[in-house]
Amino acid sequence: MAHDASQHYHDPPNITNPEHAEHHIVTPLQYGYVYIALLIGTLLTVLAADQNFGIFNPVIALGIACTKAVIVILFFMHVKYQSNLIKLTVICGFFTFIVLITMTLLDYISRAWGLW
Amino acid sequence: MPHESAIHEPAHHEHEHVFIPQHRHHFETEEQQREAGSFGMWLFLLTEIMFFGGLFFAYLLYRNWYYDAFVPASNQLNVPLGAANTAILITSGFFMALGVWAAEVRKKGLLVIFLILTTIFGAAFLGVKYVEYKEKWEKHHIPGASFSISEFVNPPIDAKTGKPGQKPLNVDMAQKTQIFFFLYFGMTGMHALHMIIGLGLLIWLIARAQRGDFTSGYVAPIENFGLYWHFVDIVWLFLFPLLYLINRHPLQ
Repeated sequence: MAHDASQHYHDPPNITNPEHAEHHIVTPLQYGYVYIALLIGTLLTVLAADQNFGIFNPVIALGIACTKAVIVILFFMHVKYQSNLIKLTVICGFFTFIVLITMTLLDYISRAWGLW
Repeated sequence: MPHESAIHEPAHHEHEHVFIPQHRHHFETEEQQREAGSFGMWLFLLTEIMFFGGLFFAYLLYRNWYYDAFVPASNQLNVPLGAANTAILITSGFFMALGVWAAEVRKKGLLVIFLILTTIFGAAFLGVKYVEYKEKWEKHHIPGASFSISEFVNPPIDAKTGKPGQKPLNVDMAQKTQIFFFLYFGMTGMHALHMIIGLGLLIWLIARAQRGDFTSGYVAPIENFGLYWHFVDIVWLFLFPLLYLINRHPLQ
């Protein structure tokens, strides 16, 4: 290819975008750290459940579960190293999920408003 | 404009950048094909989030309505087995992640070994689940005609304290423990179904990995299956605390 390589593509800006250029490989050592973090999280969940924190028990349990889920998504599922398109897709998914949960809960909460 | 015409010309000699045989003609580069594949896989996983989300919502609602029934019903579940299964599933996911790495660095032998380990730990998870389900069967804790509420109306006496280990329920509330077990079997059963499908796919992937399909630059099937497997892991990371650990000290 003697001249500018970008003109060989139908959509050059998409191809020459630096975000698409490199492909990151997560190392086994990083996976090892993630694995240990997840096991510690599991241990913490069980230990925390045996303590009486009152209404904070489910909050702590969900907090640990969400932290573990984020770690899995970022590293095991490589989202940390993906393009903005993939990152946005993942965020949109969870955002839509939260919207659906909230709207449905609002319906259940407000049906018998003032009748309890 | 010579530049414009070069872009719009449907000339096929442009495609010197194709390196792997799996590269599809309608993608300009390998990276573009790979990203499109990941994008599609994530869209599928979003539908899975909505699917499991409906189950989690039902759980959230009934847990709030029948909390008194959910606590003793949840305490029927075996926490050591559930915790061990969480560790087993995390281990399976860890080997899956290593499998993706092995495919990326083109180590065929390691890829096959990691996929086999992923399968073994996945199967071990289902084995533990079988033991747990069997116990529920024997104790008549499967919702339906033969469901027994006796353990919730008259909780067994704790040998150490000489008092019931759980708060006794009236018959009405004790019947609501069926809703907990219905959700327990629905959610863990749907999770187990995903694992069974995953194990089937793993066996297929192991056979193809053995042929060397994924260690010459074409990693997408391994990578996208990894996304599925980790998603199933994440569902369990929420199921375990929500089903097994609702309230471990009901009488304090």
